Amino acid sequence: MTQRLAALAVLAVAASGLGACSSGGSGSTTGSSTVYTIWDPYPQFDPGSEWVKLLSRCGTDAGVTVTRTAFDTTDLTNKTLLAAQQDNAPDVLIVDNPVISTLAEAGVLATTEEVNVDTSGVEQNLLGAGQLNGKTYGMPIGANTLALYYNKAVLQLAGVDVSTVKDWPSLTSALAKVKAAGKKGITFSAIGTEEGSFQFLPWFWGAGATLTKLDSPEAVTALSLWADWLKQGFAPNSVINNTQTTSWAEFATGDYAFAENGTWQLANAKKTGFEYGIIAIPGSKGGTAPAPTGGEFVSIPVQKGTGRYVTSQKLVACLSSTDNSLTTTTTLSYIAPTKAVQAKQVAANAELKVWAEAVNAAKGRTGDNLGTKYPKISQPLWTALQAALSGSATPQAALTTAQTAAAAATN
Amino acid sequence: MNLQSQTRTRSVEDSDGAAQAAPRGASRHSARWRSPQWAAWGFLTPIAIYLIAFYAYPLYRNLDLSMRDYTVRSFVRGDAAFIGVTNYQTVLADPTFAPALLHTVVFTVACLFFQFSIGLALAVFFNHSFRLSVTLRALFLVPWLLPLIVSASTWSWMLNSEAGVVNTALGFFGIGPVNWLTSPDWSLVSVIIANIWIGVPFNLVLLYSGLQGIPVQVHEAAALDGASSWQRFWRVTFPLLRPVSAITLLLGLVYTLKVFDIIWIMTRGGPVDSSTTFATWSYRLGFGSPLPRFGPGAAVGNLLIIMAIVFGFIYIRVQRRQQPA
Repeated sequence: MTQRLAALAVLAVAASGLGACSSGGSGSTTGSSTVYTIWDPYPQFDPGSEWVKLLSRCGTDAGVTVTRTAFDTTDLTNKTLLAAQQDNAPDVLIVDNPVISTLAEAGVLATTEEVNVDTSGVEQNLLGAGQLNGKTYGMPIGANTLALYYNKAVLQLAGVDVSTVKDWPSLTSALAKVKAAGKKGITFSAIGTEEGSFQFLPWFWGAGATLTKLDSPEAVTALSLWADWLKQGFAPNSVINNTQTTSWAEFATGDYAFAENGTWQLANAKKTGFEYGIIAIPGSKGGTAPAPTGGEFVSIPVQKGTGRYVTSQKLVACLSSTDNSLTTTTTLSYIAPTKAVQAKQVAANAELKVWAEAVNAAKGRTGDNLGTKYPKISQPLWTALQAALSGSATPQAALTTAQTAAAAATN
Repeated sequence: MNLQSQTRTRSVEDSDGAAQAAPRGASRHSARWRSPQWAAWGFLTPIAIYLIAFYAYPLYRNLDLSMRDYTVRSFVRGDAAFIGVTNYQTVLADPTFAPALLHTVVFTVACLFFQFSIGLALAVFFNHSFRLSVTLRALFLVPWLLPLIVSASTWSWMLNSEAGVVNTALGFFGIGPVNWLTSPDWSLVSVIIANIWIGVPFNLVLLYSGLQGIPVQVHEAAALDGASSWQRFWRVTFPLLRPVSAITLLLGLVYTLKVFDIIWIMTRGGPVDSSTTFATWSYRLGFGSPLPRFGPGAAVGNLLIIMAIVFGFIYIRVQRRQQPA
């Protein structure tokens, strides 16, 4: 008897447990709740940080309560797709710029037209990453890009005047002098992920190559530059596995003359204990190479209850207003997307001038209407990097393979 | 799978027996719906629901996913077209397939062989009690206890071409730096070494407990009959350890086939595809790029499951042949 009772009890518990599970998930986005959800890729900021304070302030101004959840960047795309599949997307989404076109293609994001977000003040080269088929799907919250950090002491020891580094030959000869002086040349990240492509693009574009033709002679020049640096010992072999963080750790040892890295390392640069400077990445024959834009877009995912857009729009406007944009970009160590705020940033911190210039020369990876084709091109490209740098193929052969793979994937 | 269903039927019989014993005193109250059969099913229901919700349904979903043309758009809308085995054809025709298969086999065989032989050697070693043997045995468990992200990151730091401690140590002996993680010739070797290190304690513990189960008298008898210690190991210990060895190898195989974290953290499956296995390839297809390819990713995952199941069946056959009862 007791056994049977126990069995029934177990059954009842199991049934109620399952019932509770299935009813718990829904109901959070329906209705006119005054709780608005924001997802961002900044897990480094805790609830006490300026960034989260700004979010709650914007919520209060719009008369609603804001619930913010932070995700890891790579995780955020999948979480958003899953949430959209279950009609459970957040009200405001802050997401890495190359992902915008993927999410737009999936029909997850509302256009700025639909939700009345004003993007007129934004620089066109930054907005490009958020556009697909002539429609805009978000507003850049801030931008970052890549440049070359250099170690003043190492260059002095090697007898290199940094102002002579204007193009690739002068950069390579500077690296040769550094090596001759017993120091290490340059470190960057050529890992087999999107990070590797991101770091290679300034050189790729700086040679005049385009993403639609990966095996062009210009592209081969760019890849040969990197491969030769490795072969001659100007760059360490570890770049093949370096993320931008581990590459920075190499530069922070003080042995390296140059490091290709982004705006976000500025705070760390001050902690290294040696004097550093920053120059823009040179093009193959001089000038500033266009670097890819990094940084996030703030966008509004499609909701069933379109009435929510009005408040979501207020939140977006608040985050991107001139005053708040200055706070946001300073907190995130980013460059503002509008000329007006950029000028304020440079006035407050002259060091940012190089970065503001680099951002203005930069271009979006998914721009040129590549959109969702970009990831399919980027993967063969980073594979080619790995093949050429590890010596398993020549730059020409690696890029020919990459072009074949990219062409097959994008058709 | 088969193993599970065996134990499941056995548990039905057990609960049947128990249920039959109970109502004997209260037989007057027995109504038809309260028959022992029902009670048995009642006991079975929670585990059945659990198995369906957490095993059968995800497997079915994965199979379904691998037969549909998922793009980001159709994923969100849930209207992906059924395309049969096209994803499998895509995967089979992919230039990554042959190397990934080869690496999966080499990785699994090499890891199993070394983990098992080192684990067995250590187990035999620790079977002779000596001072500090318990402490040392506990120390050998450390790799198994460490979170994989910690051990993998530590390995990749040690094997770093520029600043790694391994290359520094080799340098003392005049051996030039080896690009452990960044050379296509060495990356697979490096991840195999790291995985062997992690898997040895698992083999050690299981085989050690197996050794404890072998009666001392058998060894004594063999020794009295004049068997050398080498002969006693091969003729007595090894055959008596066979059932434990079989399950150790099977568990090790299933575990090694799906190793992902170590490879991903140490090399990302690269350079190029030189350390890509089915597990990392499946992840790379599904989540490794901003544009997920769930269909082919699920197809590769299913191939991995099939490989594991095949070896599971081989194990069961071998076991049946060993115990003809």
